Amino acid sequence: MSEKIHLDHDHAHHLMKAMLRIRRFEEKCAELYSGGKIRGFLHLYIGEEAVAVGVMEAIGPQDTVVATYREHGQALARGVPMTAVMAEMYGKVEGCCRGRGGSMHIFDRERQFLGGNAIVAGGLPVAVGLAMAHKQLGRNAIAVCFFGDGAVAEGEFHESMNLASLWDLPVLFVCENNLYAMGSAIERVQAEPELHKKAAGYAMVAERVDGMDVIAVEAAARRAAETVRTSGKPYFLECRTYRFRAHSMFDPELYREKAEVEVHRQRDPLTVFPAFMKECHLANDDDIARFEDEVARELDEAVAFAEAGHWEPIADLARDLYRRETL
Amino acid sequence: MNERRITYREALREGLLEALRTDERVLLIGEDVGRYGGTYAVSKGFFDMFGADRIRDAPLSESGFVGAGIGAAIGGLRPIVEIMTVNFSLLALDQIVNNAATLLHMSGGQYNVPVVIRMTTGAGRQLAAQHSHSLEGWFAHIPGLRIVTPATLEDARGMLWTALDDPDPVLIFEHAMLLNREDAIDDEVGAVDLDHAVIRRPGRDVSLITYGGMLFKCLDAADILFNEGIDAEVLDLRSLRPLDESAIIASVRRTGRAVIVDEGWRSGSLAGEISARLMEQAFYDLACPVARVCTAEIPIPYPTHLEQAALPQIDDIVAACLEMFHDQ
Repeated sequence: MSEKIHLDHDHAHHLMKAMLRIRRFEEKCAELYSGGKIRGFLHLYIGEEAVAVGVMEAIGPQDTVVATYREHGQALARGVPMTAVMAEMYGKVEGCCRGRGGSMHIFDRERQFLGGNAIVAGGLPVAVGLAMAHKQLGRNAIAVCFFGDGAVAEGEFHESMNLASLWDLPVLFVCENNLYAMGSAIERVQAEPELHKKAAGYAMVAERVDGMDVIAVEAAARRAAETVRTSGKPYFLECRTYRFRAHSMFDPELYREKAEVEVHRQRDPLTVFPAFMKECHLANDDDIARFEDEVARELDEAVAFAEAGHWEPIADLARDLYRRETL
Repeated sequence: MNERRITYREALREGLLEALRTDERVLLIGEDVGRYGGTYAVSKGFFDMFGADRIRDAPLSESGFVGAGIGAAIGGLRPIVEIMTVNFSLLALDQIVNNAATLLHMSGGQYNVPVVIRMTTGAGRQLAAQHSHSLEGWFAHIPGLRIVTPATLEDARGMLWTALDDPDPVLIFEHAMLLNREDAIDDEVGAVDLDHAVIRRPGRDVSLITYGGMLFKCLDAADILFNEGIDAEVLDLRSLRPLDESAIIASVRRTGRAVIVDEGWRSGSLAGEISARLMEQAFYDLACPVARVCTAEIPIPYPTHLEQAALPQIDDIVAACLEMFHDQ
């Protein structure tokens, strides 16, 4: 896989559509949540689409992805079908985890997606172990681990950085720094808010990239993934991003001013990237309108699929507790 | 059949050695398992035999290396993670409870976690409160885990095999006071079943229900009781999750009396769970109330006389049984 991005017409369209799918999917989820179709916690990724899309472009199908609880975008960008993700949100048996996980626990073994860790930093040690397996079994695969800035305060973050670096394991750590750990602004909870500096302290390459710029993320992620693959060592990518919505649907968002959100909205990847494409004659208004139509159709299908899905019979309650039959 | 006398430590060691030799995917991860030779000398010499990738010395970061074991298991290796003592496993609770136990269920059956986690448990060596507790009952509370407690040499050697073959996370609790215990072992013995309790001494009058480090105290108590005219049956649970409920009920139906001997604290203990199940399913078979012999409800003290006073002793077991007969 080349490190350089060949930003032709097709690739630009692909990036745009990938981000649009996430955005529209999540807007729909918010609506369905208000309508009572989706319950539990719902953490929207709106504003952060460029991170998942840029990173997924840089990795291959053999690589394993460990994701967070804000992972709809990561799952869709990885190629988990929108129908299966939506049915999972509904809790239907047709969901990618038979409805057992819901919004925070999206897994897809076929696509090497071990998403949905709802314990902040809980996925990092697992990614370290996956990388150990890749290395020891001689696979040309890397482990990619997404986590938020909140995870950086946990002990598991530091333990994982140390292990991955000490044992020379092929892990690409992707820190989605959206500047808030739930309602806590990064300056209020991190003694060193430049998070990549912490990773650098564990003797690994660590860099920061504009997480609102899909091209910058893809370029950095390609460089990082290639370095991990060839060196067999970990790499830390801090993507500075911002979520435009509240932490979850329960969050009244009392901890930040609307004006602050508006400032960041000026950098919305779903506004900036189309403008960039038009400026470079990579797309026109008709293209954008076509993407919207295609995504709307896919979304309608996903909702219809989830609506038509089934509730798992209560007789199956104890299913998937143990793989081996027990007493 | 060829019988030898070895220690529990050697039995553990033989099990590990066989696993490492037989399956390239097996690796041992833990603090000081390599160059140091293992805190309890179980893996002495392994580092030179198998190298740093398969005998992996981990830094003091239980959550990190237990989680790495979980990831490695998902990724296709067969890791055996050693935690120095059950007290340190608390630092890895997140990985054990939130990941190992739940991933199969949350992923709708897509990702199972074939990790084996071994740890030392129990008191008796004057190591004070932060190295002496018996928390296996806590782990037995968690659906998705399998909890085993080898007491005999056969189990110490064979349970590892069964655990490695198991597609689910298995936690093995090895009692520190058993390590130097020597006994005869049959060379032919291999994998043992992880699901079933075993009657270590048949008897007619009372069931001593126990596991792990308490097994031999129960056997000794049974000998004393026999001289008093009481024929005690000793049931070794071996597996705390799943519990072999039918073996427990069957034994108590035969004897009509139950004494549960558990090194955990009484409040919220496994002994409490077993007692409740006897109430639910064997109440009318009981000649008298169920009795429990557990550890005193204090952190384990350092001085030997206090430590011993806190732990269930042979005399306590004998007394609990005698009282059942005395009252009638």
